[in-house]
This record gives sequence, structure tokens and C-alpha cells, in this order.
Amino acid sequence: MDAPAKTTGAGQAASATPVFYLEDEHAHAGGGSTMLGFWIYLMSDCLIFACLFATYGVLGGSYAAGPAPKDLFDLPLVAVNTSMLLFSSITYGFAVLAMDKNRVGQMQAWLAITALFGAAFIGIELTEFAHMIHEGATPQRSAFLSSFFTLVGTHGLHVTFGLIWLGTLMFQVWQHGLIEANKRRLMCLSMFWHFLDVVWIGVFTFVYLMGVLR
Amino acid sequence: MSTEAHVNHGSHAGHDRDGGVHATLGGYLIGFGLSAVLTAIPFWLVMSGVLGNKEATVVAVMAFAAVQIVVHMIFFLHMSPRSEDGWTMMALIFTLVMVLITLAGSLWVMYHLNTNMMPSHDMSRLP
Repeated sequence: MDAPAKTTGAGQAASATPVFYLEDEHAHAGGGSTMLGFWIYLMSDCLIFACLFATYGVLGGSYAAGPAPKDLFDLPLVAVNTSMLLFSSITYGFAVLAMDKNRVGQMQAWLAITALFGAAFIGIELTEFAHMIHEGATPQRSAFLSSFFTLVGTHGLHVTFGLIWLGTLMFQVWQHGLIEANKRRLMCLSMFWHFLDVVWIGVFTFVYLMGVLR
Repeated sequence: MSTEAHVNHGSHAGHDRDGGVHATLGGYLIGFGLSAVLTAIPFWLVMSGVLGNKEATVVAVMAFAAVQIVVHMIFFLHMSPRSEDGWTMMALIFTLVMVLITLAGSLWVMYHLNTNMMPSHDMSRLP
């Protein structure tokens, strides 16, 4: 874009050259590297989940004569839970589209709907956990259940913190409007939220579907 | 040619959000539709047991999960080889290698450990 202007400027005066280097050095906007940094955080989170998946893969068959996945998992409920998270992903996408058009009210509404779906997911998961613990399938019962509660619980904890973050950002936007910093934060949460949906694909495939098949 | 040059320039000038692919309504809807189908099919396969074969079902379910993860990466996380001058893709590839080593290594080593430890009653028969 401004390359032709520079060449003509350099042709007219030699003093334009050092200015060119200075401008190039300070061209980065504030928070310009946040997205890459947050992505690298997500990748490190991915490694945590990889370790938990590996633990579950190793211990998932050690029932200690206790209940097996077939006795515990309710696949229709897991399917409903999966759809809750998938719906929350698409509604967050709609919120991002509204943010791009600077429609604050519309964006806040979609974020609220996303929070409702996320809360529904957590609610269903906690109901499932409570039901399992009530039947005696506690984390202490077997290695399978320890690794199950650690893996699925860590994912649930991530979603819970995502919900807290979502509430905080809705308050921030309500207080300060769609300023550049808030847009950046909303994009970070967008990545976090969709990343958790990606991890859930692994959970419902490896833990629930393959657990029932085992 | 000219569009590529513009994208590279845009990410440097900092007026772009992340220098990556822009979110569009169509992209989100395609991603959502694909995800819904790719979720429904493995659940149906397991719950109905139509394949009749456990191993085949496991392979199919894993394949659907892998495809759905790629769909989410492209349509929801807006991954592209161009975003952040390719650094997000580099970080992703590195992480995938680490994840593969962690999963495959753990399962491989522990499977052989379990197999070799199996005949514990033979040990007790020894004097």
C-alpha cells in the first residue's frame, strides 16, 4: 500500500530511510500478539487433556470388580449434553458476528443464550455425576472411575470458568461498551469456548461411546 | 497474488482482528450443520449397533471424531495456514505431535506392561 510512497520519498530525500525503519518497528498495535499468545496457552491446555486422556486410556479398563461404563453411562443424556455444548458454540459464533457489526444489544443477547446453554451443560453433567455417586460409583471406587472423574471433571471445570469469564465480559461490555480491549477479550473467550467443544468431541468419543462398546 | 499481498500487509498494519480468516454467518452455519451430522452418526452407530462388529464401530466412531475436530478447527476456530504468519499452525502441529507421543506411547507401554504382568498366579506357584 504505502510502498510506492516510500520509494518516491527515498528518491527525493535520503533522510527518509531511517524514518522508514522507526515506523516499521513501532507499527504493532497494542495487544497485537494476544491472539497468538492465547492460542499457545490453549495448546498447553491441550497437553493437559492429552495426559488425562492417556491416563483414562490406560486405567479405563480397571474396574476393580466395580461398575463398568456399560452400567453407568446413559448415552441419550450424553447426546443431549453434547448438543447443549454444540448449540452454545454456534450461539457464541452469532455473538461474534454481532460484535463485528457493533450491535451491542444483539451481541449481549447471544452471549446470554450461550451462557444458558453452557449452564445447562454443567447442570446435566453435575446431575450425571450426582447420580453416579449416589449409586456408589465414586472416584474412590476404581481406577476407571478415578480417571473418568478427573478427565470429565477437568473439562467441566474449564466450562465453569468459561461461564464465569463470559459473565465478567458481559458486565465489562455493559460498563465500557465494545471498546477494542473488550473485543480482544471476547475473541479470546471465543477461542477458549470452541476449544472446549473440540475437547468434548474427544470425551464423548473416547470415554462415553467407546466405553459403552468396551 | 494481489489479495495475498493485501492479507499479509493487513496483519502487519494491525487493523485486522487476528490476521486470520474472517468469521462469516455461512461459515458458522456450515460448521454447525457438519458438526451436528458428525455427532449424530457415531451416537446412532453405537446406540443401534448397526455395524454388528465392535472393532468396526470403534474405528468408525474414531474416524467421525477426527473429521469433526478438523471441522471445528476450520469453521469455529478459524484456523488457516496464513493466520499469524503461520505461527498458530506451527504451534498446533507441534502440539499434535506431543499429543500423539503422549497417547500412543502411554497406551503402547502400559498395554505391554499389563500383558507381561498378567500371569500373576504363575508367580505364586514358584517356591
